Parts: sequence; C-alpha cells; structure tokens
Amino acid sequence: MLNAYEVNTLVYTPELCNGCAMCVAVCPHAVFAMQGRKAQLVKPQACMECGACQVNCIVGAIAVESGVGCATAMIISALKGQREVSCGSS
Amino acid sequence: MSDLTSFSPDIQILPATPRLALADHWDHFLARIGFKRSAHRLEPGLYAVGNPSPASPVFVTANYTLSFDALRSSLEGIDGYILVLDTQGINVWCAAGKGTFGTDEIVSRVLSSRLKDVVTHRKLILPQLGAPGVAAYQVKQRTGFSVEYGPVRASDLPSYLQTHKATPEMRRVNYTLGDRLVLIPVELNNIILPTLVVAVILYFIGGLVSSLAVLATVLAGTVLFPILLPWLPTHNFSTKGFLLGGLVALPFAISVFLRHPDWLWWRQAGQALQFLLTIPAATAFLALNFTGSTTFTSRSGVRREIFAYIPVMAWMFGPGILLAIIFIFVR
Repeated sequence: MLNAYEVNTLVYTPELCNGCAMCVAVCPHAVFAMQGRKAQLVKPQACMECGACQVNCIVGAIAVESGVGCATAMIISALKGQREVSCGSS
Repeated sequence: MSDLTSFSPDIQILPATPRLALADHWDHFLARIGFKRSAHRLEPGLYAVGNPSPASPVFVTANYTLSFDALRSSLEGIDGYILVLDTQGINVWCAAGKGTFGTDEIVSRVLSSRLKDVVTHRKLILPQLGAPGVAAYQVKQRTGFSVEYGPVRASDLPSYLQTHKATPEMRRVNYTLGDRLVLIPVELNNIILPTLVVAVILYFIGGLVSSLAVLATVLAGTVLFPILLPWLPTHNFSTKGFLLGGLVALPFAISVFLRHPDWLWWRQAGQALQFLLTIPAATAFLALNFTGSTTFTSRSGVRREIFAYIPVMAWMFGPGILLAIIFIFVR
C-alpha cells in the first residue's frame, strides 16, 4: 500500500444531480466542479471524507462514509470499544 | 454601537467589537499552547458588531474564542450580527465534524434568539467549513433562513461581501508551514509530561544516551514531523515517520560503536539495534497520530494506515524494548 489516501469512500451518481452546485461550494479540496449544468467529480482522490457534500446534497446524489481522519480518535475508540470521538468533551 | 434597547426586552443582543484587546491576544496565546483547551469559549447567542440595521448580514460561528475572534476582527467597518452556536468551545470545522456545529443547533439558536424579529432578510452566512454539520436545505425548511456558505477563512469576508461569490481560492483549505507551526505547542503539550518522566527514569536505568534518545524521538515526532511533512518522501504518514525516525536513530546507533569500541560485536550490534527498532517505531506512531491535526487525511485512509502499520510499529518497538531490558542485565 504505497498511498493509503489514493482511494476513498466517495461515490457520486451524476444522473441524480440537479445542478445546484452546493457540493462545489462546500468542498474544501475542489473535488467537484460544475461542467455545464451538472457537477462532475474532477479530483476524487483529494476527498478527505468530511461529508459536507453529502450532507448538503438535497437529491442524495453523493454518498461518503464520512468521519474525522484522526488516528488518535480511531485508536482510542478501538481500545475503549467506544464510538469515535474527536477533540473536546461529549 | 446600535441602539439595542429598541428591541423587545426578551430579545438579547450582546455587544461585540472588531478590535481585539490585549486580553484577547493573551487568551489566543493560552489556547495555542493548549492551556485549558476547552475553556476558550464565550456565551452562545446573538451579537452585534458595529451599528447593524435590520438589513445587515448575519454571520454564524462557533463559541470558541479563536473562531469568534477571527470572525469579528475581520468585520472592521462592517455592520452585522454574529450568531454564536454552542459548540462547547470547539472550532467550526471540528465541531461540524462532530455535529455540534450542526443543523439542529442552528435551528434552535435562530429560534431562541428570535432572529426573525431582529432582521428583515432571511439569510445566514456560514463559514464554509461548517458545512459537514449543516444541511443548508433543512435549515431553510425549518427556519425560513437560507444558508449561504461564505469563504473558508474569515479574513476573506470583506472581499467576499462585495459580490457574495467566493473565488476558488477562498473555497480551498490550505496547510501552509505557518498553519503547521502553530500546532506544534499543542502537540508538545499533549506529550511533554510523560516524555520527561520517561526520560528521567531512563537516565537512571540506561544512562544519558537513552534519555536523550527519548527526547530526540518525541521532538522528531511532534516538532520536526509537522515542519517537514510535505518534504518527507512517501505518501503515508507512518512511512514518513519511519524514515524520519530512522534518520534520528542513526547517530544513536553509530554512537554505540564509537563509545564502546572494546565491546564484543554482538553487544555493540544489539545496543545499536535497540535504537534502530524503537526510535523509528515511536516516531512513526507520533507521525500517524498527527493525521488528526491535518486538513486533508480521510478516515478510510487513516484506517488503512492503522491496519497496515500499527502491527509493524508494535513488532519493532516490542523487541526493541526487550533488547533494551536484556542489556540492562547483561552489562
């Protein structure tokens, strides 16, 4: 495994896109871009699975297993058998 | 300051100024060194900056002082309202990831602040990084307020407000050397106490060199790693850490042969090996844990790293420590 970040869980169904461009606005890594009246995946490998596009896609064209990419949170949750939490209480 | 008393008495609007005071800078300093990390918060609710009218824009932010202060200090000369959500003292992006900067909190805060009676328009300007926690269309359905995602950085707000269109640059998250440098004090603060304890104990058991090896490892993992991140070869954090740790281990390994030329070869090699096993493994572990402080690592990628490299780290660190213990008894 040369690059653990080359693939991710982002799945986009362009047939469902209504062209609202919300995904283009919320993505911090320019994964989506508008091409004509539909959004297109232009840099899928840059996705960090923050989930912003999925949450804001009103037609449900985007699916991603979102979460915080934090090893500390994942290791602690594995050791304690708890749900993953990031910094701060609760 | 606007005449806040003109609203009905059950509408509470708190005053805010774009100018940061000395006390604010002191608070930022304490937050940056990790002092009482969850105590840098302010009262959630509606604030007024400048002299806002019912047509003035409403900005939404977290009740973390660094977030709130970044916003208000960018609003010099701009009249507006700030709706501060209760994110429990966590910044916008992390709180959005947790869902505390979220749809429900916005809806309840819009209702409890009676924002509809304060402004005549129906628009909220959110920081773009709040988006992972907020379904804009649901906020619209439930409150009548439409959500507009502004730029990532509050400092871009003045130019954003001229057109209400963000440039691609305003939409992108960066991770500059400066962004990484400010994280180092908190990274150090998280680990410095156990490090010093271990270093002191090892000084008495293994001597000065063992003690220095611990300090060098922790400094490599928490200070050098964030600085060198983009320039360290390979993509994975663990392998970057192994390489950096290997570089740090080398002088310690070589020093065994220089300090003890009279020893038998197996004893020299064993002592050198203990540094070559433990230091890269521990540095790689610290490097992997830095993923949570970056702006680009995905959860599935970090998961793949954990499964692939934690066993390697354990199989290096365990035998390395075992070697060290053996050499305590066979000196």
